[in-house]
Amino acid sequence: MSTVTTADHHDEHHDHKPTGIKRWLFTTNHKDIGSMYLIFALVMFFIGGAMAMVIRLELFQPGLQFVDPQFFNQMTTVHGLIMVFGAVMPAFTGLANWMIPMMIGAPDMALPRMNNWSFWILPFAFLILLMTLFMPGGGPDFGWTFYAPLSTTYSNDTTALFVFSVHIMGISSIMGAINVIVTIVNMRAPGMTWMKMPLFVWTWLITAFLLIMVMPVLAGVVTMVLTDKYFATSFFDAAGGGDPVLFQHIFWFFGHPEVYIMILPAFGIISAIVPTFARKKLFGYASMVYATASIAILSFLVWAHHMFTTGMPVFALLFFMYTTMLIAVPTGVKVFNWVATMWRGAMTFEVPMMFALAFIVLFTIGGLSGVMLAITPADFQYHDTYFVVAHFHYVLVSGAVFSIVAAVYYWLPKWTGHMYDERLGQMHFWCSLISVNLLFFPMHFVGLAGMPRRIPDYALQFADFNAIISVGGFLFGLSQLIFVWVLIKCARGGEKAEARAWEGAEGLEWEVPSPAPYHTFDTPPEVK
Amino acid sequence: MNNESYQKYYVPDQSPWPIVGAVALFFIALGAGLFVMDMDKGESGWGGYILLLGIAILFFMLYGWFKNVIDESMTGLYSAQMDRSFKQGMSWFIVSEIMFFAALFGALFYARMIAIPWLGGASNNEMTGAILWPDFSAVWPLLTTPGGTETQAMGWGLPAINTTILVISSITLHFAHTGLEQNKRKQLTTMLLITLILGLIFLGLQGYEYVHAYRDLGLRLDSGIYGNTFFILTGFHGIHVALGAIILFFVFLRVLKGHFTPEKHFAFQAGAWYWHFVDVVWLLVFFVVYVL
Repeated sequence: MSTVTTADHHDEHHDHKPTGIKRWLFTTNHKDIGSMYLIFALVMFFIGGAMAMVIRLELFQPGLQFVDPQFFNQMTTVHGLIMVFGAVMPAFTGLANWMIPMMIGAPDMALPRMNNWSFWILPFAFLILLMTLFMPGGGPDFGWTFYAPLSTTYSNDTTALFVFSVHIMGISSIMGAINVIVTIVNMRAPGMTWMKMPLFVWTWLITAFLLIMVMPVLAGVVTMVLTDKYFATSFFDAAGGGDPVLFQHIFWFFGHPEVYIMILPAFGIISAIVPTFARKKLFGYASMVYATASIAILSFLVWAHHMFTTGMPVFALLFFMYTTMLIAVPTGVKVFNWVATMWRGAMTFEVPMMFALAFIVLFTIGGLSGVMLAITPADFQYHDTYFVVAHFHYVLVSGAVFSIVAAVYYWLPKWTGHMYDERLGQMHFWCSLISVNLLFFPMHFVGLAGMPRRIPDYALQFADFNAIISVGGFLFGLSQLIFVWVLIKCARGGEKAEARAWEGAEGLEWEVPSPAPYHTFDTPPEVK
Repeated sequence: MNNESYQKYYVPDQSPWPIVGAVALFFIALGAGLFVMDMDKGESGWGGYILLLGIAILFFMLYGWFKNVIDESMTGLYSAQMDRSFKQGMSWFIVSEIMFFAALFGALFYARMIAIPWLGGASNNEMTGAILWPDFSAVWPLLTTPGGTETQAMGWGLPAINTTILVISSITLHFAHTGLEQNKRKQLTTMLLITLILGLIFLGLQGYEYVHAYRDLGLRLDSGIYGNTFFILTGFHGIHVALGAIILFFVFLRVLKGHFTPEKHFAFQAGAWYWHFVDVVWLLVFFVVYVL
């Protein structure tokens, strides 16, 4: 996409890293902060994953075997909160921190100290959230969507801690997003014009915009939950003139753009990986940019498709059905472009490419079940069944998480200076691919047959499929241990990576040595 | 872009303040949560103290962090590009604040235009109204809730005075800014001082209005959706006025110390933007909450 004239700079001369724990606590370096975000996300991925294992263990057989229903509810709730706010979002922010300054030729993020503040808020926020699980009454048990009145009238004592931990997570996200936007707008190297920016940068620019627009709305709605529960207000209580449906409107006005916050950067990653391993330029660069922007704009106009069964006038049902279906158009443009990029390319199938290919296929499956859910009368049937669970896990696990894993494999040589173990990586890929489908595909069937979500027990006829799902779940969890093994092995050593670790890779990040020096682009490169 | 704007971008060395800030937010969130929980159970616990500790650490952090930034700025480490980063960062922060208020205004809009008419039987909800609360009349302001809580409406006489005060304060702040740009320091200090005093009068009158609401009108947090939207909108607006006044107060102290030049005065600019933003939000609050 872009070539550089000052390819050999003298970064090695001032490559002095601070040492000890202070390096991590006091850092202002985008690479250190990016690493901390990524490691934090991985840890949270395993904590949230352990909760998913508890859920699958309980659902392995019908009846109540291992945990009581209230604890089961806490597991589904905290699993969702951790995976959304603790794993996927921080992982993308970590990738943004590492890659965006290198991709646009900036010396660092625009506001380096605020960058560190954004990160360090997160471990504390999740500490508070996890603490509630061990307090009298237990943690949040109303689903990650915390619908009123479950989260107000019927919630347990610790709801206040949940509210305030969400508040500081939101502060962290907003500051992180401001940093990304300002970096991209203000810190591009000379010649790095808008339409030369790598798509990962474009998608993150738009993601950051969405974050700034919707995280404050989440703050607003948790505040109203707090006052309804503890200060006798009645925003979500009809007896006082409020309405529980109001909660759902405000929550999903945040919630739907939030979904795209978790997938747009994935589009950027796939748009970086596919051209590299197809050894072709990305097909339809400009249309990718416009498609991303269209998805972002549409995301503000579709929120009530989560509430078709809640009660709305017919014109609202129709409006939200049509706007939702419209999203399939720009998304289809993207899938078409990726496939067209591979058309007649000189393809090789290293691990990042394998995960990217799996992403394209499996994300499309998740997208298609999304179109089914968008059809209002059909959604009356699917609503709150396992079909919905299958849909959003296809887009979030085999979509967002696979893209993050692909990105880690893709840029790992740049970060560590070593190639990862290809054989182990392929093993990780195939184990993940098979188990993720074993885990989520049968959920479509039990969902269509009417199995409700978020219930610790189910009717006997769902027993076989649930056993298969649980086995898939355990295998998927175990497969991720291979990933940790690959990461540790690669961090400790391995085949030396070249500056351009992948033959077909383009972009500024591949012009600097591997591992990337502690400070890159102190003086901006000239981009032609 | 020209090359001049790509002078070396100042990337600060290690700084302790972000982690101190994160610890502060930890204590604030934990303390606030525990405090609310204790209050709910009518017990007294550690929550309040943890909250105060967090706030103290936050102020310590803000002092240290801003001291660093001001020192760096005064020694000329910040290029024009750095200045743009600050300005864009502040602008996007204000955008996020706008969205916060948008959620609160949205709640008011929904309650008034949709929820209450539906409770009264509008749209296809005739039976809901008839069966649950047959005596309920859907009017705004909602002085009698479906559950039967009664209150009185807040008049708009005092808020009209407050509107005038806040609009004038925006104008005086603008003159302070032109004073700074034309290097008329006396105009700058007087106008800034007047702005601050007007802001404090506004807050005083708002406090008086709350006392009036609780004591004379029976308009409280628990008096239904009318009181809820009234307090959450005016309350969060009031908090923002207080925050804006604190920012302007520190800007004022810096002006007295001779900081800021006609060309470079980001802190002043940011404070002024924030103040104007708070002013515009008030105009909306005034019309939507009090007048309409």
